[in-house]
Amino acid sequence: MTEAPLWSIFLNSALINNFVLAYFLGICPFFGVSAKLDTAVRMGGAASFVMLVASVCAYLINILLEAVGAPYLRIISYILVISSTVQLVEMLMKKLSPATFRAMGIFLPLITTNCAILGLALFQTNKGYNFIQCLIYALGAGAGFALALVLMAGVREKLDLANVPDLVKGTAAALIVAGILSMGFMGFAGLGR
Amino acid sequence: VAISRVTPTDEFVKGLWRDNPVFIQVLGMCPALAVSNTAINALAMGLATTFVLVMAGISVSLLRNFIPREARIVSYICIIATFVTCVDYAIMAISIELHRALGAFIALIVVNCLILGRSEAFASKNNPGRAILDALGMGVGFTGALFFIGVVREILGSGTLFGIGLFPDGFQTWTIMVLPSGGFLAMAWWLLLVNWLRKRQEETARRAEEATS
Repeated sequence: MTEAPLWSIFLNSALINNFVLAYFLGICPFFGVSAKLDTAVRMGGAASFVMLVASVCAYLINILLEAVGAPYLRIISYILVISSTVQLVEMLMKKLSPATFRAMGIFLPLITTNCAILGLALFQTNKGYNFIQCLIYALGAGAGFALALVLMAGVREKLDLANVPDLVKGTAAALIVAGILSMGFMGFAGLGR
Repeated sequence: VAISRVTPTDEFVKGLWRDNPVFIQVLGMCPALAVSNTAINALAMGLATTFVLVMAGISVSLLRNFIPREARIVSYICIIATFVTCVDYAIMAISIELHRALGAFIALIVVNCLILGRSEAFASKNNPGRAILDALGMGVGFTGALFFIGVVREILGSGTLFGIGLFPDGFQTWTIMVLPSGGFLAMAWWLLLVNWLRKRQEETARRAEEATS
């Protein structure tokens, strides 16, 4: 697994094992902010960014924990270090680039303690990726997350205009759409190993 | 200490139906969908979550006067993560097979919004007794919901229940139900049923009210 070429890692995390549609990670923001295309794009960007930060943090923490011999501290240290790093980056971003902050700043705290982020950190540790592979994996996961969000938002914008029975409106409709999208993504399973 | 007129029984019962975490509040969806491909996995996940819910509820409730307001979320996360680590290692010790089936999702209980939500909304404002009842009710409601999704997916997807074959050989299994999209669809069906039942309940209540007035 560690020998996998980089392009295959990217495709794997973005399409074949899409975080939202195959691993069910990050479902809350997936349903919560996918009502409008514009918000979905910004949320996707923010999530990809946090994933990159989380990936780097998790890689460094893991080296440290292995050195100290305390793997049972993994969960607690991952979540604390990732959330504080994201908060730090958020403050820096506010200071250095207010425009970027306005575009995706409000989404950052929302996704910091999201299962997609912690999931990414845990999966890359389980798979034993090296630093470059981790970065590519995070990039792929972020791209996949953004893609799922944008696709969903596109469908839901159209769905607003459709005549849906009262019973199905809301979460049930979103779930059915997600199920069909997920079915579509299964088609990518043939792409890699 | 908040004095509420809600009876202790009601504290427990509300999680089962009226405020069911999965079907009504739509919290904790990720594990509900991810590990519900068989009934056994769903039960294990539900029980693990219930344990963390109860322990976190007790701890947060006992410490509610010591935790400063500004640092409460971080403290809650630390408490939850501690118990999740316990559960993770306990399951690994009990059954390595189950641990493999549930994978990283046991560790991901830590970010289940249901647990943080109950800690913040309930345990931090109530005494330990009530916190335990609330956590147990939510846990049972969560486990039940997961179990129902798991049963549908296992029966249709593999033609079995708890690994025991249910159908004669000719049964064509619905592979889709074992795959990720089956999770979304099974949950959607249950949600439709719950919505329909709730609507009927409301209507009978309204009709009864009209009859009495």
